[in-house]
Amino acid sequence: MGKKAGTPSLEALDLHCVRGERKLFGALNFTLRGGGLLRIAGANGSGKTSLLRIACGLLEPTRGEVRWGGENIQRLQEEFWRQLVYIGHANAIKDDLTAAENLHVACTLAGVPRRPARIGEALRRLGLAGSENLPARVLSQGQRRRTALARLALSEGIPLWILDEPFAALDAAAVEDVRGLIAEHLSRGAAVILTTHLEAKITTAAALRIDLEAA
Amino acid sequence: MLAALRCVIHRDLLLAVRRSSDVLTVLLFFVIVVSLFPLGVGPDPALLRTIAPGVIWVAALLASMLALQRMFASDYADGTLEQMLLGATPLGMTVAAKVLAHWLISGLPLVLISPVLALQFDFPQELLGVLALSLALGTPVLSLIGAIGAALTLGLRGAGALLSLLVLPLYVPVLIIGAGAAEAATSGMGGHAQLLLLGALLIFAGAFAPWAAAVALRISVE
Repeated sequence: MGKKAGTPSLEALDLHCVRGERKLFGALNFTLRGGGLLRIAGANGSGKTSLLRIACGLLEPTRGEVRWGGENIQRLQEEFWRQLVYIGHANAIKDDLTAAENLHVACTLAGVPRRPARIGEALRRLGLAGSENLPARVLSQGQRRRTALARLALSEGIPLWILDEPFAALDAAAVEDVRGLIAEHLSRGAAVILTTHLEAKITTAAALRIDLEAA
Repeated sequence: MLAALRCVIHRDLLLAVRRSSDVLTVLLFFVIVVSLFPLGVGPDPALLRTIAPGVIWVAALLASMLALQRMFASDYADGTLEQMLLGATPLGMTVAAKVLAHWLISGLPLVLISPVLALQFDFPQELLGVLALSLALGTPVLSLIGAIGAALTLGLRGAGALLSLLVLPLYVPVLIIGAGAAEAATSGMGGHAQLLLLGALLIFAGAFAPWAAAVALRISVE
């Protein structure tokens, strides 16, 4: 799917977001095409996560809309979500399941069930060799994050990745692994949105950057 | 889509097995409450026979309410619920799978053990089937209605008390009809009418409650 010419574009039209009494941002516009990387910057509390949640349809914007291939995502619903990987702040990891079971559940929920062999491969790629069958309870914070991100290694066919602080809690080696996955995905013609405090250091033809304080 | 639903049910059952204390708490609560009544009321067989269906039904209702809060809470806390909301399966179907798993964990054990507990009340043995059947049809309705309440109160402070207030009025008809089935059977009227009503309630709740809970979940997660 990723190689298919013309990944649909993600457009934000005049987005406004008010949480409680506070206005987080207003009149935000962007268009993200296949192969494009959008990095959202801003201080803590500036609305980065809210913007990501709006972009994936978990949160409705106060005003404005998000379109995927020209259609409002609130109307597309599952059709859009099937083409989206969202990895949020929370890792969606169950303490009582093993790393491999957690990854299996995550892939199946997303509608792309994977064979155990591929799941093991993805976990090893993220440096979790030997921990595949340990309950997530005994894994460190960084290892849990790696388990959640291992889903990216199995989502090469999904044209839009939305990642909230993917590098949080990761060590230098894992940061490189994840950067590699993102760069590979961009080169396949897919689109990626992420928030990070680190410089992204991912070279791509089409890099966008939104600074929420400036907006 | 079926793979995703099977996966949700399998995952919830697996989690229940690995954390069996949660399941046992509900079952133990049910057994203790029901067993205390014969001790408190005294050994009058006629009286015990009369109150048996009511006591067992009230205890089952309270036990299933005890388990309700956990239906979505842990998935909400660790972010799995967001992934379900963004899943490839329509959310109503995922919720239905979760409710089914929840009933298998917290409702089915009550149904299976109820005939044994009813013996303490000198309940007529030939009518144990009617009692168990009324619970088998009624407790899934409780889980389905409860799912709406659990979804609405997700993430709120003091959710437990609010959940009971929301859900109890909706539980009352199920309680009256359910306990009525076994009572009618003991008084020789059969109880078929009540069982049919419970079946109708189950079909109705099964068709609509998951979708209502899905809408409530979307609001709660915002």
